[in-house]
Amino acid sequence: MKFIKFQHLIWPAFSIAFISCSGELKEETKQQQVNIEELTKSQPEVHGTMVKEEEIMFSNPLNAEWVTTGKSIYEIKCQSCHKLTNERLVGPGWSGVTKKRTPAWLTNMITNVDMMLESDTEAQKLLELCLVRMPNQNLTREESREVIEFMRKNDGEK
Amino acid sequence: MRTTKTILFSLTISLIMSLHQGCKPRKPGSVLIDGDAASKVYIAPGKYDEFYNFVSGGFNGQMSVYGLPSGRCLKIIPVFSVSPENGYGYSEETKQMLNTSHGFVPWDDLHHISLSQKNGEYDGRWAFGNGNNTPRIARVDLKTFRTAEIIEIPNTGGNHSSPFITENTEYIMASTRFSVPIGNKTDVPIGTYKENFKGTVSFISVDPNSGRMSIAFQLLLPGVNFDLARAGKGKSHGWFFLSCYNSEKANTLLEVNASQKDKDFIMAINWKKAEEYLKAGKGEKVSNVKYAHNVLDEKTHITHSEILTEVTVLDPKELPGIVYIIPCPKSPHGCDTDPTGEYIVASGKLAAVIPVFSFTKMQQAIANNTIEGDYDGFPVLKYEAVLHGEVQKPGLGPLHTEFDANGNAYTTMFVSSEIVKWNIEKLEVLDRVSTYYSPGHLCIPGGDTKKPWGKYVIAYNKITKDRYLPTGPELAQAAQLYDISGEKMKLLLDFPTIGEPHYANAIPAELISKNSKKIYRIEENENPYVSKGEAKAKVERKGNEVHVYMTSIRSHFVPDNIEGVKLGDNVYFHLTNLEQDWDVPHGFAVKGANNAEILTMPGETQTLKWTPDRVGVFPFYCTDFCSALHQEMSGYIRVSAQDANVPITYSTGQK
Repeated sequence: MKFIKFQHLIWPAFSIAFISCSGELKEETKQQQVNIEELTKSQPEVHGTMVKEEEIMFSNPLNAEWVTTGKSIYEIKCQSCHKLTNERLVGPGWSGVTKKRTPAWLTNMITNVDMMLESDTEAQKLLELCLVRMPNQNLTREESREVIEFMRKNDGEK
Repeated sequence: MRTTKTILFSLTISLIMSLHQGCKPRKPGSVLIDGDAASKVYIAPGKYDEFYNFVSGGFNGQMSVYGLPSGRCLKIIPVFSVSPENGYGYSEETKQMLNTSHGFVPWDDLHHISLSQKNGEYDGRWAFGNGNNTPRIARVDLKTFRTAEIIEIPNTGGNHSSPFITENTEYIMASTRFSVPIGNKTDVPIGTYKENFKGTVSFISVDPNSGRMSIAFQLLLPGVNFDLARAGKGKSHGWFFLSCYNSEKANTLLEVNASQKDKDFIMAINWKKAEEYLKAGKGEKVSNVKYAHNVLDEKTHITHSEILTEVTVLDPKELPGIVYIIPCPKSPHGCDTDPTGEYIVASGKLAAVIPVFSFTKMQQAIANNTIEGDYDGFPVLKYEAVLHGEVQKPGLGPLHTEFDANGNAYTTMFVSSEIVKWNIEKLEVLDRVSTYYSPGHLCIPGGDTKKPWGKYVIAYNKITKDRYLPTGPELAQAAQLYDISGEKMKLLLDFPTIGEPHYANAIPAELISKNSKKIYRIEENENPYVSKGEAKAKVERKGNEVHVYMTSIRSHFVPDNIEGVKLGDNVYFHLTNLEQDWDVPHGFAVKGANNAEILTMPGETQTLKWTPDRVGVFPFYCTDFCSALHQEMSGYIRVSAQDANVPITYSTGQK
């Protein structure tokens, strides 16, 4: 009788020990279900869409109002790096820039510089030359048009 | 028989032993975790966390922001303590934020966070925090993650029981932990505590548009210690419930003398009733107070500080229906309202049960006048009449309770180091899980609102010991994150926290991230010392003040050569960051500055004062790595003798 009772006492203890142990073994052997490669594969930055050539039109005479606003934007947001001559400061001087670049290229560079530095070979060449990423100065499409009008004025257009 | 028994016994023991040897030996503090715990907290590189966790910094005086479930620290927001890292409290624009009636107070102890609410749910606009030591409430703007406003609380001696918020952010409630003598008679013997010391509870209104705070009224109350509180919600909206200890009104050795009675109390305050009295002109305007109110102007980036000298006080002793007392077992600490607003959970630090009070029963007891006496003239409701029930043997040292959306409460047990999950309606303990070690507060996303998101509970522990690699005598604090989506709580993550976190709130990320400000628009900058463009940069002398209007852009300052400063001058560098791109701050530091650096965000103007102490040429430079040519971003300022004949000149790029 004593023996049977004793058995009853021991077995529960035995099974508890087994469970707690198997739980820990499970931790060691179970494969991680996370596919790290899947989670970390390329997360491309999104920089918006490219402005196309036909979207920006030039006309003469220059819009005097745009030239004035463009100049004041230039003074706050561009002048720190771009001179109006052909001398390079941080970035290239602006003299002749409207002859050298297309209206859409200028617009994209002003409003979407990160996209340009990623995809445009001309922009990438300039980065290699200047070694400072042109900052995104948060200009709207309209503001960039005004700045470009000011660039045209600087290039002697009327 | 006896031999058989012995053999079998030793056989069984050795079996158990051998099984144990097969297991990994447990290191101190190690614990069984599920195999999938790592995947539940793993946030892949470049991916975002699901929740923001706003965590009080305690004695560092700041508010920390963590991502959940990863536990990654995203930001420390300077609130009540100076931050030389970005110039908060040092720059001319920010130092007024730490002004008080005691002058400039550069440190405090931030204990509790309340996120702003609308209809009892977080709206993601502001985070409020309390300054415990020199009583203050701060409002952090969650668009900018900056301290936008701090108001000091007069007639208060330790602002612990605060800032607790009503369900539409009508009020922030702040009550005094230390009662003090107030009014015109403040120089009294400490031994006259019982006659001369008073407690106050302040209701600070919040403008629904601007967030601006102002003290609407204060309630004059007995000199007990107010500990923690919660607003009612839903059916109990219009009420506040505050835990109080030291009903003995002891003024020395509180550890013993404030623990004499079997019951202290929960004070129920009908603030809508108080509003009625206020409207009826029952408040007394008291003008023997001084308190600072500091507000950051978003357009100028400048903090303005004013000292106010008037507050409206209501005396509930003469205005019946505002205050009722609910007896509560020994030294209550946490006092938490469940999502329905029906139940008020009080945790007696020294009690063996958790009493849960019923708002409906409280209303009945008030209507039927079921009172058992009075405390300082306030009606004391009968314990049994207000009680929903007691959770029996929940654990040792119950402190704080948060809620999920399924009728369950989660209470921290400080002494037995665990979180206990229990059903509010049935008062049954459902699960318990260890924390490491001795948790204070806990947080469930939305756990203090009408609609908790649940999913996780975080324990903020007071003791760290062996959880991380040792770092000498002083350790980071330990927090643990548990999955509460199933019946059983599961430990997922252990992460260190900064300062000493007390209460915290967690909110779904998109409620904040969608509004997060990226830059200050330079066109909208109205700082009087702004330079909108390099052409506007200049240096001006006004008596012995030299004002440098300076710009920064990758990677140069204008001007970067300055002469004409003389010994005895105070130089103010007003730095405008001309960048308009996200995450391009520029720093500014100058040799020998007795304050700090300044970190200027895109489109912002910040000012560093510098008092040169010797003649010479001193370099200054940008402290925030901004571009490949960051090391070149520097300049010189020349300081001449007082009688020197050097005119003010300045330039950049002159050959």
